[in-house]
Amino acid sequence: MLFNESVQIALKALFSNKLRSILTMLGIIIGVGAVIAMVSVGMGVRQKVTNSIASLGSNMLIVMPGSANTGGVRSAAGSMVTLKYEDALAIKNKIKNIDYVSPTVSSSYQIVNGNQNWNSTVQGVTPEYMAIRSLKVSTGSFITQNDLTSRNRVAVIGTTVSSNLFGTENPVGQTIRVNSQPYKIIGVLESKGQSSVGQDQDDVVIIPLTTAQERMLGITYVKTINIQVSSQDKMDIVQEDVETLLRQRHHIINGKDDDFNVKNLTSLMQTMTETTTMLTLFLGSIAAISLIVGGIGIMNIMMVSVTERTREIGIRKALGATFKNIMMQFLIESVVIGVIGGLLGIVFGCSASLAIAQFGGFNTVITSAPILISFGFSVGIGLFFGIYPARKAALLDPIEALRYE
Amino acid sequence: MTKTIQLSGVKKFYHVGEQDLAALDGINLEITKGEFSALMGPSGSGKSTLMNILGCLDRPTIGSYRLDGEEVANLSDDELAVTRNRKIGFVFQNFNLLSRISAAENVALPLVYAGIGKKEREERAMYFLEAVGLADRAQHQPNELSGGQRQRVAIARALVNNPHIIMADEPTGNLDTKSTHEIMAIFEKLHDEGRTIILVTHEPEIASCASRQLLVRDGKITRDEGKGVRMDVV
Repeated sequence: MLFNESVQIALKALFSNKLRSILTMLGIIIGVGAVIAMVSVGMGVRQKVTNSIASLGSNMLIVMPGSANTGGVRSAAGSMVTLKYEDALAIKNKIKNIDYVSPTVSSSYQIVNGNQNWNSTVQGVTPEYMAIRSLKVSTGSFITQNDLTSRNRVAVIGTTVSSNLFGTENPVGQTIRVNSQPYKIIGVLESKGQSSVGQDQDDVVIIPLTTAQERMLGITYVKTINIQVSSQDKMDIVQEDVETLLRQRHHIINGKDDDFNVKNLTSLMQTMTETTTMLTLFLGSIAAISLIVGGIGIMNIMMVSVTERTREIGIRKALGATFKNIMMQFLIESVVIGVIGGLLGIVFGCSASLAIAQFGGFNTVITSAPILISFGFSVGIGLFFGIYPARKAALLDPIEALRYE
Repeated sequence: MTKTIQLSGVKKFYHVGEQDLAALDGINLEITKGEFSALMGPSGSGKSTLMNILGCLDRPTIGSYRLDGEEVANLSDDELAVTRNRKIGFVFQNFNLLSRISAAENVALPLVYAGIGKKEREERAMYFLEAVGLADRAQHQPNELSGGQRQRVAIARALVNNPHIIMADEPTGNLDTKSTHEIMAIFEKLHDEGRTIILVTHEPEIASCASRQLLVRDGKITRDEGKGVRMDVV
């Protein structure tokens, strides 16, 4: 029998039982739709995480002091005071393949403007910090080399600090008090939003490193040194070079532990990407279960259909339909349910995903992979769950089938 | 004379519980091409079983069935289906038309399984609908037709693939007298065209239209009258 005839017979059979066909398809529609919507949510989370890690700066190495070890008792990581501004300068001058080096210190302070006050993180940085963290200044300017050498009392503030202390006023040119000392505001940063771990990146006050070290904290060491490597494939080499250089500068002999840590943001990114991929797969596979349930629905309705149409099968067989003819007729019918259900499911899934983005506040990303895979899956399910009923139909004895009332 | 149908020593057993029940108990039968035979017998006599075997819907347990000289007793299910499609046209008591498709599509159904293209199917279906006088009802669904009309559609369907054997199982059982006469007239015409017709019936009046009467009782043919009549038709 010709393939076209089988498809026509299948469509006719489905149309003659519209409500039942639609209800059967509903299982597939929901299954495919759920896979597409869930995966789009997962991919959205992944994109958000990737973007926020990327906003920390790409190809970043972060050097932090190790933990102090006093009489066998080890303190928290970063508690050592061994990293110096000079270490940062040495890294910049002696190691190749580095774009920027930026040492920082930070501490929490109560920031005061008139009768308003706000607790925020004060960071002492060098001008290169702006490039390394891809910061932008929306009004005013950033800290300059001149501010650094003269230890000026100037500050650049984030939007959260600005709105809490100044409301809608323009803070540039005004003075805030940090630790009872006046600082002139020279700029406001562009908003960066939350980081991947939920930290508000706009809740920050930035001042020159030297001002922070000498005038505010009274220290000579730095908390971190941020290094931006020129390209991703140089990350490992630069990391090794930095470790070797710092061991030399800190006079650490072979066999002794480092008094610093070098963290690689690219590997952090990889870990986060793996985690969110797992999340996406997890969401997708839960949704896929409903596809399988939909498939069982197809099988159920096909079994009923075969029983109902026993007489028709008998007539077709008496007129010369072979095993293959009948098998094809019913298989195509269930595959058609899978195909139509799959197509409607794609529409449903994409709309659901857009609705989630619109009304649920989630970031969703629709990609072709889940659409193609779940569509292929729904057609496959139609085929797989159609085989048993179709075989049952094709194996009917024509005499018995003709006698069936 | 060409022997279209040759049965020798055909037996058919059914398993009922522990026992084997013989529905057919040694049938020997030859039917010549162009013969019009009526198969009679009380219910339970085995005449339906014989009909099923003759129509290639079933196989004998023991014995030989040669159709046009070809042994069909040992064919597979699919080979039997192909044989039915090409050589045998069925007419049933309850018409057995598919209710969701039009008369023309019903008539064309055997051609679908013969692998014939759409255009030729439609032409041949129309030709045979015309032959049974229903050309104007081609697009009607079976439930829009009277019993007699339905049976004529079924006859058109039986003829559409040009089989030379027509098997009719109580074709007038569900029809009124007028329709019965119309249908029997069609069968007589087909006989005149030289087709081999096997008619299963209860009614002696219907059986008398046939040139040969066979009586089946307890799985055996107990009477065979009028054999070889109209041997002039080849």
